[in-house]
Amino acid sequence: MAEPEAHITVSELTMAYGDFVLMRDLTFIINRGDIFIVMGGSGCGKSTLMSILTGLKAPAQGKVLYGEVDFWGADLRTRDRIIRHAGVMYQSGALWSSMTLAENIALPLETYTDLQPEQIREVVKLKLALVGMAGFEEFYPAEISGGMQKRAGIARAMALDPEILFFDEPSAGLDPVSARRLDDLILELRDSLGTTMVVVTHELASIFAIGNNSVFLDVSKRTMTATGNPNRLLAETRDPNLYTFLTRGETLTDRMGKDG
Amino acid sequence: MTPRGEMLMEQPAADTLKVTLSGDWKLGGDLPGADGVQQMLASRAGVRNLIFDTRQLASWDTGLLTFLMNLQTFCNRQNIRLNREGLPEGAKKLLALAAAVPEKKDARQAEEGVSFLAHVGNETVSFFQSFGDLLEFIGEAVVAVLRLFHGKAQYRRTDLGLIIQSAGVQALPIVSLICFLVGLILAFIGAIQLKLFGAQIYVADLVGIAMVRLMAAIMTGIVMAGRTGGAFAAQLGTMQVNQEIDALKTLGISPMEFLVLPRILALALMMPLLCLYANLLGILGGASVAVLMLDIGFIQYYNETVAAVGLWNLGIGLFSGLVFGVIVALAGCMRGMQCGRSASAVGDAATSAVVTAIVGIIVSTAVITVICNFLGI
Repeated sequence: MAEPEAHITVSELTMAYGDFVLMRDLTFIINRGDIFIVMGGSGCGKSTLMSILTGLKAPAQGKVLYGEVDFWGADLRTRDRIIRHAGVMYQSGALWSSMTLAENIALPLETYTDLQPEQIREVVKLKLALVGMAGFEEFYPAEISGGMQKRAGIARAMALDPEILFFDEPSAGLDPVSARRLDDLILELRDSLGTTMVVVTHELASIFAIGNNSVFLDVSKRTMTATGNPNRLLAETRDPNLYTFLTRGETLTDRMGKDG
Repeated sequence: MTPRGEMLMEQPAADTLKVTLSGDWKLGGDLPGADGVQQMLASRAGVRNLIFDTRQLASWDTGLLTFLMNLQTFCNRQNIRLNREGLPEGAKKLLALAAAVPEKKDARQAEEGVSFLAHVGNETVSFFQSFGDLLEFIGEAVVAVLRLFHGKAQYRRTDLGLIIQSAGVQALPIVSLICFLVGLILAFIGAIQLKLFGAQIYVADLVGIAMVRLMAAIMTGIVMAGRTGGAFAAQLGTMQVNQEIDALKTLGISPMEFLVLPRILALALMMPLLCLYANLLGILGGASVAVLMLDIGFIQYYNETVAAVGLWNLGIGLFSGLVFGVIVALAGCMRGMQCGRSASAVGDAATSAVVTAIVGIIVSTAVITVICNFLGI
């Protein structure tokens, strides 16, 4: 495999709401083609980290580099240009409720491409088919189930063939089978399109099944305590908090006992 | 009928207090409180152990647990050992579960202790900040309108059409009712006074000028503030809650152009038209009083109105309508865009949109009146 190439570099990032510091000193690299998991307990700032990476909220300190470009140091126009190469799937789908699914997916295409309406219709049809929702073009978001809304959200995020896709808790609120299908979809899209995936989640099954790189945000220490392949982290960690998280509550001493 | 919950205390040893619980310990029943035991513990300084006997206990629920939790906290503070042995099996487990995660002490609750002066200071600062937000929002809206004139604004024509429909045609019934009645009321009040001088015919002047110059625009503005301004705030607020606005921003689509611009345009186009319509209805209301009560002929009333109401009056009225339309749309959109991420925040946004719009309408009416007076028109 080729030498990994850094896609997003986060260095010494501090996230804060006013005086309240949520996380400090975050430093990690997301490589091209990674499925990068941002994990941590509830309230640790996973979603806040995502809104910093997607340009919705400025960090209190530190840098985010997209390739070589300083994301938050650049002006608004550069930021817009960078983020146009990214797609975001929000926790609840965040489909525009006054538009049909087809219109939802068509809007970014109409805005940023010169495609003819006929071509746009074809693209929309393809993207919906890719997420397993062919034939749902004329439905409104309120008329389909939560899992479908998430998948339609992915279809919209993929509309412009982004280089990087962000997922905010893709499997939250889904039944196990739908969650699994969504995981498979993420893997499949990465393998066939080479898209970098950043997945914010605390679903252990997903973390181990799809992640090949990760960062763990420790809510009690207010900083990250580990980064790397989640399977390797589980095998090697000596950090009790991370171990408890990755094993659904076992303590590290249990393993010490087992190991010997 | 099961016996109600009761409690007996005795002291089997010098350092031990035994609490015997009997009957039905259920919420809503008249249960003895934990303070009885606490007083007992406080008065007997030597007691270091608290034990329970619950063999007589018929049934229990949260009522028993809150009692025990209170005792537990008290005992922890006083260094008394609370022995759970005698408690029902389920209650033991639930108490252990409740104690498993320690209470969070550094949670952000420091706000309560803020002094009155600090509170006034904070409110004042946030008031001035909100004024800055207002200017910023107006600035962004102006930029969006300029981009519209350059043909660069991104919005959907169909959205504009839908908003025009809901802020225009669908507002006709309520505007008709309100303005017809306002015309009628003005005519009534005027008629009673003018009759004293035998000058009933001037009811036409009164109603005509008042409606065309001012009242039609104000009444329509207030109706639209409640009807459409509140709806705008609720729509945008809900989109904020659903992260739909975030989704627009991350696609690089400006919510100002995509959502706010069509709403401002729709109201700026529709309000003058609604005002024109409201003028007619108001005059009709006045005419109905004149014809039915004052024995003035319809043609006579019409001629008097035409003679009295000048083009300037109409111009001022329509201009006010335009201004009010922009104010209502701006207030609604601003409150919607500033909305927090909860259901109650959407309600607050709608309320404050209506209040802001009505204040804006009244203040700008005053400003327009003073300017017209100054210009002598």
